[in-house]
Amino acid sequence: MEKKYYVEMRGVNKSFGSFQASKDIHFGIEKGKLIGLLGPSGSGKTTILRMLAGLETEDSGDILIDGNIVNHIPASKRGIGFVFQNYALFRYLTVYENIAFGLRVQKWPKAKIKARAEEMLQLVGLEETAKRYPNQLSGGQRQRIAFARALAPEPQLLLLDEPFAAVDAKVRQELRSWLREMITRVGVTSIFVTHDQDEAIEVADEIIVTNQGRIEQIGSPKEIYRNPQTPFVAQFIGQSAEVDNFRQFTGFTNAESNAERAIVRPEYITVAKQGEFLKYSLDAEEGVVEQTAFRGNEIELKIRLKGNLLTARRLLDDAPVEVGEHVRVFISRVYAFDEQKAYVIENAALNTQESLVI
Amino acid sequence: MKQNKRKQRRVIPGFGLSLGVTITILSLIVIIPLCSLVIFTAQLSPAEFLKTVTSARVLASYKVSFTTALTASLINAVMGLIIAWVLVRYDFPGKRIMDGMIEIPFALPTAVAGISLTHMTVDSGWVGQLFGRFGIEIAYTRIGITVALVFIGIPFVVRSVQPVLEKVDPQYEEAASMLGAEKSYTFFRVILPEILPSLIAGFTMAFARCLGEYGSVVFIAGNMPFETEITPLLIMSQLQEYDYASATSIALVMLAAAFLILFVNAVLQSRSSKIVSGIE
Repeated sequence: MEKKYYVEMRGVNKSFGSFQASKDIHFGIEKGKLIGLLGPSGSGKTTILRMLAGLETEDSGDILIDGNIVNHIPASKRGIGFVFQNYALFRYLTVYENIAFGLRVQKWPKAKIKARAEEMLQLVGLEETAKRYPNQLSGGQRQRIAFARALAPEPQLLLLDEPFAAVDAKVRQELRSWLREMITRVGVTSIFVTHDQDEAIEVADEIIVTNQGRIEQIGSPKEIYRNPQTPFVAQFIGQSAEVDNFRQFTGFTNAESNAERAIVRPEYITVAKQGEFLKYSLDAEEGVVEQTAFRGNEIELKIRLKGNLLTARRLLDDAPVEVGEHVRVFISRVYAFDEQKAYVIENAALNTQESLVI
Repeated sequence: MKQNKRKQRRVIPGFGLSLGVTITILSLIVIIPLCSLVIFTAQLSPAEFLKTVTSARVLASYKVSFTTALTASLINAVMGLIIAWVLVRYDFPGKRIMDGMIEIPFALPTAVAGISLTHMTVDSGWVGQLFGRFGIEIAYTRIGITVALVFIGIPFVVRSVQPVLEKVDPQYEEAASMLGAEKSYTFFRVILPEILPSLIAGFTMAFARCLGEYGSVVFIAGNMPFETEITPLLIMSQLQEYDYASATSIALVMLAAAFLILFVNAVLQSRSSKIVSGIE
């Protein structure tokens, strides 16, 4: 049976002048999910969000919400909550009036407006700011109020455009988990746009990766991370180094694939000093450390291996590694790719050693 | 040991010189004439002063000046807002020319405006004929004065609202529409508050200017004492009779009125800027 989607786009195209922002966009989202639209700037993710909201009109294709085609329904009638990147809180209205705005428009009875606005203020934990103006709040508070304002009229779908872009790193971290918790509690289907892969991976149930107006891959954060299906996703996700010919590495010489180029991520590289224990010692190769950088919770190394510069990590407590030092490097997995597809390839040593008896 | 006090350096040099120039210019064009006004008036005793500025003819002229200037400025506030809206929000052929035309009242000698307006609105003029059929006389009545003042005041409103309207973030409107608001509701509840401070500024500037307008009004007003005689004209006629003290007394009252209008504007502006800047 076909899955029942709450939000769907079918073959949607959109151009701005000669620039094609969306090319044949196809996807479906189940009710209650939190979706991350992830892509570099200019990849068309915001355009998708704005078309869903009704703020942009698609050139062709259909948009369905709850099974109904909404192509011709104006933004004000779609009943969607939208949190803008800069929040767009009304500067001349108090926090309370901002939250009540959508309710007044829908002509709720006075008592209900008051109750709902107070409930929303309580939900976001900012009851004391009711009488203040938006510009008297901090960035994080404004974000919460924007969220409360969008949710007040009880929308079935919530769209968030780069919700964390305008706050500083510390607040962003807090807001991420806060938002995740809020959305789970309210149970509203949500889609947020971001260019930050960590954000998407941490917050979303499902990620839609966009690039150059197309959807590259749709999947859970784990799938996207572990099984990138296109060259773009392999390169975009994770902290990756690209190598031109991955068969030059021990353990990959006989890999079954037509691909030659590959992505190597730090988490699949083990680095050991000479004399340190290394599990797959026989298949390790020797590299030279070119750079070390302190990253707070770990040490990041740039290692030259057969002409390729790879990024690897070592824990803070491991024996320190110096620049110029010869270290042993074992690569457990690479993401090989050709023009169309990406393939996961594991080091042959992982299989041989497990089935050594044969 | 002698403590070395460090001199605060300014990033942009030339503060002393530019402040000097500023003060000199301000003195020449504002402070010196204002002082002379006060000095001339001081020739009269307080009782005489009061008698001069509250004589029946002068009081009537205040009334004419205030009512016409207020009406004209209110009309300008509404019309100016609409013109600014059209110029900012829509694209149409001839928009640039229209935009440039707004400033004609600034550039045109006011007497020329007055004469041509009079010529058009007298009973034989083509606008005058049209309105004459409905029994409405424009030239030589207060309506005529108001028409002239509308002409003079319109650029003040348009030019103060226009730049602010251009900067209103389109996201406000999108946000309002996502919350279900219709266009007109969004305008009155979201956009109007954004441009209101500039609209008030434009209105008060136009109002202050209209109160003192002379050149364009004298031709169209007819200048009937108690009926269509504006205060600036009264000052002029006192001057022609070499009654400098009376002239400056009335001028001082006008000055106080203008100051009051601009003061009210400043209070309103600072209130709105408090909301926007977020400083309590």
